[in-house]
Amino acid sequence: MAQVVFTKNLQRHVPSPPVSAPGHTVREVLEYVFNQNPRLRGYVVNERGSLRKHMSIFVDGELITDRTTLSDAVQSESEIYVMQALSGG
Amino acid sequence: MNDNTLHIGTRKGFFVVKGTGGDARIVDEHFVGDNVVLSSTDPRDGAWYVVLDHGHFGMKLHRSDDQGASWLEIGVPEYPPKPEGFVDISMWGNEREWALVNIWSLEPALDQTGALWCGTVPGGLFRSEDRGVSWRLVESLWEVESRTRWGGAGSDQPAVHTINVDPRNPKWISVAISAGGVWRSKDCGATWTAHTTGMVAGYVPPEQADWPEHQDAHCVVQSPSSPEVFWCQHHMGIWRSDNDLESWTEIHSEPTSFGFPVAVHPHDKDTAWFVPAHSDQKRAPIDGRVVVARTRNGGKSFDVLSNGLPQKHAYDLVLRHALDVTADGDSLAMGSTTGNLYVTANQGDEWHCIASNLPPIYSVRYA
Repeated sequence: MAQVVFTKNLQRHVPSPPVSAPGHTVREVLEYVFNQNPRLRGYVVNERGSLRKHMSIFVDGELITDRTTLSDAVQSESEIYVMQALSGG
Repeated sequence: MNDNTLHIGTRKGFFVVKGTGGDARIVDEHFVGDNVVLSSTDPRDGAWYVVLDHGHFGMKLHRSDDQGASWLEIGVPEYPPKPEGFVDISMWGNEREWALVNIWSLEPALDQTGALWCGTVPGGLFRSEDRGVSWRLVESLWEVESRTRWGGAGSDQPAVHTINVDPRNPKWISVAISAGGVWRSKDCGATWTAHTTGMVAGYVPPEQADWPEHQDAHCVVQSPSSPEVFWCQHHMGIWRSDNDLESWTEIHSEPTSFGFPVAVHPHDKDTAWFVPAHSDQKRAPIDGRVVVARTRNGGKSFDVLSNGLPQKHAYDLVLRHALDVTADGDSLAMGSTTGNLYVTANQGDEWHCIASNLPPIYSVRYA
């Protein structure tokens, strides 16, 4: 199971503690998390499922490359960080 | 309703003001640190709505059913998937994503209990019938032929920023779009007609100057007491329609006709207020003097009101949602991008600066 950590800036809007989640892609992992925590979805992706413009996701230290469908691969022990980019600040 | 309760939406919070004229005071604050771009009050159930722009985390709507004691996050408008093969190129030459960028208007839909209208970027009108929990796109407006040619104005994508519900019939609504003209539906949003005859755009080639889709109506207010009269602060100046949107006539204000908001007296179609700025090119008061322009005769002449307003080195700009008038027409309030909140209890003859250290003010609404 991948470990998913959400930026602390999210916490005052929607509590989103670190969580373990299954999945082979970022999309699959996040879908699992969103199903557990539905309000979180709209804070991370838009209604098209695309990563919000000023959000960033790292998988094992690397920025994901597919921000539209979140197809980047995830390993069973991956660490995923969902962060806010400084560009939006 | 309490005419002397004001809701102030700012770059860093939502503030509640109570009192009249110089006695008005900030009495409460909510969402401090968050960008509150708009607020609305539903006169039917007293609910307060605020629109938050969280930037990184997108647009959110919150409702309070207990005058701010608690807030509930509700739904936001979501665009439907774009049909396969549909081409929707924005003015920037890019394929337009059908996804919510911003919310620029929110009004009670008075034809049905619990219903709301919401205007969005890019160029959408949405309707909720469950007090904002869920929303659906008004596809009839989204599908008008010219929609893909609407331009961005004040935003990269077109914004539906004005929604007027007609006092004669709650199923008649008019909307204004920057920049996509003025539209009206007389069947609760099923069909739409553009109403821009007489308006002129100076930012397109001359042969396109009167095209409806180019009209950047910054703000349109329908007279509550004489609903056949509409006032418009347009990008190019001020227009008024006194024939129920059949046509518009240009009005010349003092000291300029450039600005963003307009307020109309609830009981007098010929009295309206504007907040002039120097020009499109210089969006600041002339010579550092903040003034309000008031007409009492339908735009034939204007009083330039300055009593109580800063007259030296002031650079306040009042945005389209940041001027409002009470139901009796006596009190007005306006907030500026400089964070100043001004109120008057005598139709603008005398102004009071209630707060001068607020964040940039986007929205001022009497609750």
